Amino acid sequence: MTLLAVEDLRIDLTGAESRHVAVDQVSFSIARGETFGLVGESGCGKSITALAIMGLLQRPLAVGGGSIRFDGRAIQDLGQDELQRLRGKRLAMIFQEPMTALNPLLPVGRQIAEMFVLHEGAGWREAERRAIDVLARVRVPAPELRARDFPHQLSGGMRQRVMIAIALACSPDLLIADEPTTALDVTVQSEIVDLMRELCAANRTAILMISHDLGLVASMCRSVGVMYAGRLVEMRSSADIFKAPAHPYTRGLVASLPRLGSRAAAGQRRLQEISGVVPSIADFSAACRFNPRCDRATEVCRTDDPVITALPGGGFVRCHHHG
Amino acid sequence: MKLGANLSIGGSLFLLAVAVGILAPWIAHTDPVMDANLMMAEEPPGREFWFGTDAQGRDIYSRVVHGARISLTVGIFAQLINTIIGTALGLSAGYWGGWWDDFVTGLTNLLLAIPSLIFALAIMAILGPGLTSLLIALGLTNWSFTCRLARASALSLKSQSYVQASKVLGYSDVRIMFTQILPNMLGPLIVIGTLGMGGTILAEAALSFLGLGIRPPYPSWGSMLSEARDQITTAPWLSVFPGMAIFLTVLGLNLLGDGLRDILDPQSRSRRI
Repeated sequence: MTLLAVEDLRIDLTGAESRHVAVDQVSFSIARGETFGLVGESGCGKSITALAIMGLLQRPLAVGGGSIRFDGRAIQDLGQDELQRLRGKRLAMIFQEPMTALNPLLPVGRQIAEMFVLHEGAGWREAERRAIDVLARVRVPAPELRARDFPHQLSGGMRQRVMIAIALACSPDLLIADEPTTALDVTVQSEIVDLMRELCAANRTAILMISHDLGLVASMCRSVGVMYAGRLVEMRSSADIFKAPAHPYTRGLVASLPRLGSRAAAGQRRLQEISGVVPSIADFSAACRFNPRCDRATEVCRTDDPVITALPGGGFVRCHHHG
Repeated sequence: MKLGANLSIGGSLFLLAVAVGILAPWIAHTDPVMDANLMMAEEPPGREFWFGTDAQGRDIYSRVVHGARISLTVGIFAQLINTIIGTALGLSAGYWGGWWDDFVTGLTNLLLAIPSLIFALAIMAILGPGLTSLLIALGLTNWSFTCRLARASALSLKSQSYVQASKVLGYSDVRIMFTQILPNMLGPLIVIGTLGMGGTILAEAALSFLGLGIRPPYPSWGSMLSEARDQITTAPWLSVFPGMAIFLTVLGLNLLGDGLRDILDPQSRSRRI
């Protein structure tokens, strides 16, 4: 059953005398309890897609077309009040910087408890008690003591656990994780990812994971969408995308992952890279947006916009020369 | 070392003034209004009358002590009204933006363009002298600096990620303002509130000096100065002691404000380390 359906989403960036399309033709859906990943470079539009789902786009950004349906209801049609009730209770989000996403002046226990007071009408005493339970669930040691700590007294990993605790406090239906582990070191990263996966599986919470790290997303999500310059260029199951990436950009991403034990890691071979930079939002061409960086680009790539081609085994790719 | 000195000297002066005000009925020697004795008029300071007596033979010391009650009441409560108005307007304007921000900013600029004492004078002229009118007049005319500060803080705080995060968690605007933004701007607000209190006490003294504040025969430091001005050459103690009281209280509040700023401002704190 579909929980979130994004249909042909377009996000406009409206300036004083110009209008640019930051994101367009983005469609994907997430079923209850499913995990879906969005991968792409900085500025490709993945984070604003997430904000659009939360109904939090702010000027100069706005949804310009298409629809986002959460549990059958269009997000754009909901009033502020309804959105507020949805956020935090059924739709939760974790941010990149656990350092700054917590209020520095409140003990973390209180910040978790606030969710119960806000969304479930609990009393403060009961809420504080439940906050300790939630802290224990995200495996914070000595939760009764940590609940009284202020954010600056906790390490980055602990703070991200607290963020997860806040996000999952009300057992939401969908958790959007925007680069949840980017600011953490690698060992903590895997702990946090395991924790998120485990807790969400237990609650049947669907996850929309946003990252630039294809490896991380593929290990966590059942299917992956690759975004480039405001568009989805490939969407497949994680296993397929690693085995046989269809889009040249995806292929580049897969090739640029360092692998433990391979010759690249031992310094025998240069790590693969994708040359060039992402086009600026003002320079999106009518042709294939990846063609200046693509090693397979031909004449048709410089003139025609590639359309979506369905792939055998599910998913699609947007490329003239796929396969 | 200087940090601690500001705070402790300023704090002690202010606390001393507050203590004198609270304990006035017990430490005053005579009733400040009723115990007039024309036989003892304009006695210089001495053993019996520490600060001397005025033209009606009333004990200046007792009047200064009682005057602390009025000056501090007006100073504290009028400044409290200023802080509440300024914070409410500035915080909501900075957070919401849009037409409300334009309106509040315009109002603040308008208020800053009118000398606040003149504005307070006009309000006093309409309401008539008295303690309540003083509180209203001074409480409604000095909130512009607080408002600007609150607006600027709200503007910078609202883009902090924890404020954004609380929006994502379904907090309402009012809840965000009270739980996320207000607590984080409290430091500078306390500092400017303390500094402003000194200004409010001075403004009360000025209004009373001009005869629009506390009505005689009740003593406020400003009205005592006003009554003393004819005898400033013949009986200088009439003006020196209430003047000293104003000076020390306002000095104390300013030092306290500076001391608090040094403690509450994270930048100056890191400089110390």
